Amino acid sequence: MGLLDAGITKHNVLVTSVDNVLNWARLSSLWPMGFGLACCAIEMMATNASNYDLERFGIFPRSSPRQSDLMIVAGTVTMKMAERVIRLYEQMPEPRYVLSMGSCSNCGGPYWEHGYHVLKGVDRVIPVDVYVPGCPPRPESLIGGLMKVQELIRMEQIGISRADALKKLAEKSVDPQVVIEQERKAATA
Amino acid sequence: MEEGKVLSQSIQQSAAAYVIIHDKFGEAVSPFDANETMPFFEVIDTSLWPEIALFMRDHPKLQFNYMACLSGVDYQAEEKVGIVCNIESLGQCHHKLSVKVKCSRHGGSIPSVACVWHTANWHEREAYDMFGMLFTGHPDMRRILCPDDWEGYPLLKDYKVQESYHGIKVPY
Repeated sequence: MGLLDAGITKHNVLVTSVDNVLNWARLSSLWPMGFGLACCAIEMMATNASNYDLERFGIFPRSSPRQSDLMIVAGTVTMKMAERVIRLYEQMPEPRYVLSMGSCSNCGGPYWEHGYHVLKGVDRVIPVDVYVPGCPPRPESLIGGLMKVQELIRMEQIGISRADALKKLAEKSVDPQVVIEQERKAATA
Repeated sequence: MEEGKVLSQSIQQSAAAYVIIHDKFGEAVSPFDANETMPFFEVIDTSLWPEIALFMRDHPKLQFNYMACLSGVDYQAEEKVGIVCNIESLGQCHHKLSVKVKCSRHGGSIPSVACVWHTANWHEREAYDMFGMLFTGHPDMRRILCPDDWEGYPLLKDYKVQESYHGIKVPY
């Protein structure tokens, strides 16, 4: 449950844990690093622009890796770029998150067999938290992926590892098929 | 040229240009091929290629002032690699011709024409990057797209990608 969902009463006093406040602050101002590599970057820019308006999530691109906590790998990572991606990732302060956007950075995409110059998945060089499928993914998909990053941050606590937070997130997962069928029934009724 | 076949006007212009080149260089160039999409001739004596290029650019009736493209080709069966140059005369004579130059597939070299058409500078570097033929006399003969320490020439038909690059696995 989100912090503000509890509702603020009693003279604007709210009692919560430090973890909650920290996580809420971090997930409400995810600053991705402003760099794009291919056509996925166009979709990312469209998501940033007014129609999809990422700034309502507190997300807006920063021009320096040292000011960012999220890296959106948007596009084809070539072997030449792979080394630069590693360097940029290492320049980001922790805690940092990586979102791999589109087929190319997920697994090499259309270049998987004959693209001698393409890195077959950015997870070969840096750890990836969220994969967004698509070629390129629509802005809705990217927003979905970013909300997954937010969910991951919400699960984190002081003193537990990223892997533990992922485990907590997995425990809270729901079977999509059940939800879909519920929605279908509600639609026909 | 096949007789009795009506050639289009642009092919006739190209053929006329070829005749001037053939008169000057004789056996150093192959017979004219009236290919409908790309009329061409081949340079047999490759050492004369820069001289032919300069002649094509500066002769008042040729004035091939524009190199549109220079591409590499792998003739695996002939054990050769080569280049195809699309050359045109823009705003002057309005004709175009393609020139093919071939060399050995293993460590072969072709004289550079980067001093004749500056366009050739980067195009020859790309051909070298992808096919591995060297261009003698080129001012800056190194790879242009692949990293400098890349192994092999990716557009050769028997190319096999390297296992790893700087410790990163390359194949899928």
